[in-house]
Amino acid sequence: MKEAEITVIGAGPAGLSAAIEAAKYGANVEIIDENALPGGQLFKQIHKFFGSKEHYAGTRGYDIGRKLLSEAENLKVVIKLNTVAFGVFDKNKIGLFDQKDILISKPKKIIIATGASENPLAFPGWTLPGVMGAGAVQTMINIHRVLPGKKVLMVGAGNVGLIVSYQLLQAGADVVAIVEAMPKIGGYFVHAAKVLRMGVPILTSHTIIEAKGEKEVESATIAALDQNWNLIKGSEKELDVDLICIAVGLKPEADLCRMLNCEFTYVPFLGGRIPLHNEDMETTIPGVYVAGDVSGVEEASVAIEEGRIAGISAAESLGYISEEESEKERMKCKNRLKAFRIGPFGSPRQEGKNKVFEEYKRRTKNVK
Amino acid sequence: MRIVDHPILGKIKERKKVFIEVDGKKIEAYEGEPIAAALLAAGIRVFRFTAKEKEPRGVFCAIGRCTDCIMTVDGIPNVRTCVTPVRDGMKIKTQVGLGKWEQK
Repeated sequence: MKEAEITVIGAGPAGLSAAIEAAKYGANVEIIDENALPGGQLFKQIHKFFGSKEHYAGTRGYDIGRKLLSEAENLKVVIKLNTVAFGVFDKNKIGLFDQKDILISKPKKIIIATGASENPLAFPGWTLPGVMGAGAVQTMINIHRVLPGKKVLMVGAGNVGLIVSYQLLQAGADVVAIVEAMPKIGGYFVHAAKVLRMGVPILTSHTIIEAKGEKEVESATIAALDQNWNLIKGSEKELDVDLICIAVGLKPEADLCRMLNCEFTYVPFLGGRIPLHNEDMETTIPGVYVAGDVSGVEEASVAIEEGRIAGISAAESLGYISEEESEKERMKCKNRLKAFRIGPFGSPRQEGKNKVFEEYKRRTKNVK
Repeated sequence: MRIVDHPILGKIKERKKVFIEVDGKKIEAYEGEPIAAALLAAGIRVFRFTAKEKEPRGVFCAIGRCTDCIMTVDGIPNVRTCVTPVRDGMKIKTQVGLGKWEQK
């Protein structure tokens, strides 16, 4: 097989979209993914998406996944599954392990779309079996169709906490309560309304203080917080649960960017340490692009647009598309991104991204 | 517990049923599903014990990142059960500490 010109790492919404765009203009693209199935986290998202038509509003996550996969297939994008990209070395050599052999891929351009992983939360008992990431539970119930517990406490009322609570109800579990340390619900009101209608209490200014159990979770103790985040004595309550879901945000999976010596900045609202990139999704290492959650934790709709931009940029740098045309195509994606990053939930993300772009400019000014 | 009927996803798809052995006990599983899913379906949530304190651990991230769910599979220790597919006749052991390589 011909050596790929562009290697995309991660076959989620960002990686698939990047590969589709680049392949559309004629680039030879391969995608690497360590999982047995492509699609990233799209196939566990059984809810309908929001936004405009271009953001797949009203379409369920797994249908978006299927659509992207068939587009990639039609464009003859090679997807190498069960293959781990364990390292990126000098001059863009990527080390791959396909469960049998170690291979070295030497593409001209790299697009890193490795996504994010869930934050843990430390409290007494946090390591007990039965304390799981909310996304992990979502994978188990929606993809593998296995319920890891029957009576659930959800910790965190952001979108993940709210959506997974609703999906736990759909899967037949009892969600005993959702606790949120902040004084208000973090996620979209539509998601909160759905669980509230089903009778699940959302306790704001509340947190988990202990998970109890001999060998696995048998109960959880929650308590109220005052406005200074101190526990209110006497407010402790023990809940009879066997599963505790942690939905307290995600952080970018940026190890490969670190290996490449990409420069980073810190944006708490986007998940912490973010690899610097410009609006065309190129990092401080020329020829290396990022897209999706690894470039700042947002949503699948955003990951798709960022992936498209990275794909167009990589195709342009290989000469498959003129500067003028690529600028025109990227602008369409950028406008859709802007439309997505407005309002009380969107504008802090736009501010965070602006910080990343400005920092990128500042640090690459003397280099380029 | 298996989610057989689902209001959005419908009935669970027909899959090939196989058997795996967990600490010498035979349990039912489906070919290709992650080992962790088969174990959780069978009500097994303790996958290993830590080296020093012998504390129990189970699944946390389910996407191969946290390595909390590692077990000894067919004599090989530290296998991430959440991303390793089930094969018929697999022998799985609760792992203690770093586990041991076992001659087959």
